[in-house]
Amino acid sequence: MIELKKIYKKYQVGDAESQILKNINLKIEEGEFTAIMGPSGSGKTTMMNILGMLDTPTSGQYIFNGKNISSLSGDELAEIRLKNIGFIFQSFNLLKRSTVMRNVIMPFIYAEKPNGNAEREKKAAMALKKVGLGQEKLWDHLSNQLSGGQMQRVAIARALINNPDVLLADEPTGNLDSKSGYEIMNLFIDLNKQGHTVVMITHSEEIAQLAHRVIQIKDGEIIKDYRN
Amino acid sequence: MLYKDLLQETYLAIVANKARSALTILGIVIGIGSVIAMVSIGQGAKQSITDRIEESGANLLTVSPGQQRSFGPISSGQGSAETLTMEDVESIKTITDVEEVSPESSSRYQITASGNNTNASIYGVYPEYEVVKEVTLNSGMFIASSQVSSSAKVAVLGATLSEDLFGEEVDPVGQSVKINGITFKVIGLLSETGSGMNSTDDAALIPLTVLQRYLSGSETLSSISVKVADQDAMDQVQQNITDALLINHDIASEDDADFSVRSSMEMVEMASSISSTLTMLLGSIAAISLIVGGIGIMNMMLTSVTERTREIGLRKAIGAKSSDINKQFLAESIMLTFIGGIVGIIGGWLASYLITKFSGTATSVTYYSVALAFGVSVVIGVVFGYYPARRASRLNPIDALRYE
Repeated sequence: MIELKKIYKKYQVGDAESQILKNINLKIEEGEFTAIMGPSGSGKTTMMNILGMLDTPTSGQYIFNGKNISSLSGDELAEIRLKNIGFIFQSFNLLKRSTVMRNVIMPFIYAEKPNGNAEREKKAAMALKKVGLGQEKLWDHLSNQLSGGQMQRVAIARALINNPDVLLADEPTGNLDSKSGYEIMNLFIDLNKQGHTVVMITHSEEIAQLAHRVIQIKDGEIIKDYRN
Repeated sequence: MLYKDLLQETYLAIVANKARSALTILGIVIGIGSVIAMVSIGQGAKQSITDRIEESGANLLTVSPGQQRSFGPISSGQGSAETLTMEDVESIKTITDVEEVSPESSSRYQITASGNNTNASIYGVYPEYEVVKEVTLNSGMFIASSQVSSSAKVAVLGATLSEDLFGEEVDPVGQSVKINGITFKVIGLLSETGSGMNSTDDAALIPLTVLQRYLSGSETLSSISVKVADQDAMDQVQQNITDALLINHDIASEDDADFSVRSSMEMVEMASSISSTLTMLLGSIAAISLIVGGIGIMNMMLTSVTERTREIGLRKAIGAKSSDINKQFLAESIMLTFIGGIVGIIGGWLASYLITKFSGTATSVTYYSVALAFGVSVVIGVVFGYYPARRASRLNPIDALRYE
């Protein structure tokens, strides 16, 4: 489903040129749960940004669902992000002064469908139930009134709302205490079992062991790629 | 992005920062409001001047002594020369299409009554004055022919003058006044005309013969007003009067004429060109505050873009196109100016109403100025919102998400 071929990424900082990614070749199949590990500055976030089409490689090919996306325009990439990719961030990135419900239906605003409020809220309710936020009275709360674990669940519900092909999570448990981190991890495992493809960056060996596949990156290169 | 969503997002963004939005809107309200109020003062002045002149008759010609120079209020010497005489009046009466001729002479004199003392314009007139200048009487009657020929010491008072001399809502008819020490019997009271050109509010009218014999001691006239029967004949009559007076005054060339003949239309044109300049001046002063309001919008939008950088990054990561972000921010600034525009129009309207009510200055809010102010406010929203919106839409999502 996702295929990276000979991906290189260079950054030009003044006269100095730094090579962030070197010759990344990677294939992720549908339904896989992949953990990406590596020390700070190893290039794992850059790789995630490229996977999420927020960033483009300097050279190489990225094939998503059989389509080479290297030549697509910014708006075409936005369209794929909207429909096929769900992002989950370490810092949740919710709209703090909006309600839980409004945060979850936000992608619909840009997808333009469904356009009816009733249908939008029905779909959002389904996503919220899926992430364990079934209590309807929570949905009208402002998102900054929630606990960290709840916030991340809202963010996951938002990522699920357009039924994406892949969930990309950048250290989703990094800002949580160990108990809620563990719960969120279990949620990802559940979602994966329901058929969602998950790619996750993590620092924790323990969490990585819960994934099917672990990819280790160092200095911009894949040094290990194994299945549990 | 659907319009309904765009509207809702815009509403939420504006409401999220109530105080800041309100102050920014206030800037636009003051701008639009002052443009409308200022222009209404200019328009009101224009309206009242042209109304007054038109009221006094569109088919009116005025003959004034003095050389005819360029139009404008500053042509010197006009009205001061003593060249018009009753002989001229008789010549004008014989011209075809001349309906009525009203010779006038005026000067300022001290006028007293019941212990009150004031300085007023005293007009020496013929009975034709009533018809030619279309004055109306509040009470009593106008000066009659017999009173002119017999040099009767009678006077018709203007509304304000009567108030000054006899007090408010007192009918002066039957009372007597002293002009320059000579006693006159008040026979009529004129209706109020309001301020403006040719106002008689502050004047007293007496028979011309009386003015000439007892007050000025001079046979000359300060102007001759001519009512023309047919408006289409105005130009012809104007020329005929000029020709007749040139013969009377023994002058060969029109360029050397010691008098001038003007139609009321020419006066209207002159007056409205003056008040257009006034309108423009007032309007452009107010427009400056509108621009300042626009800069306020831009300032707020730029702050908002900076504050919401992470949010913009998130929206883009989730799948918002650059054009969506651009639309959202532009909609916000247009919405701010739109609200400011509406409130400003209401405020400006109210202000011009209050100006009329409390200061008596005539104002006139035209649909044209409302439409213009509104259009300008929306244009300001677009112009001053464009740069911040473009800045927001061009943010790189990766950098924006990392922004602290």
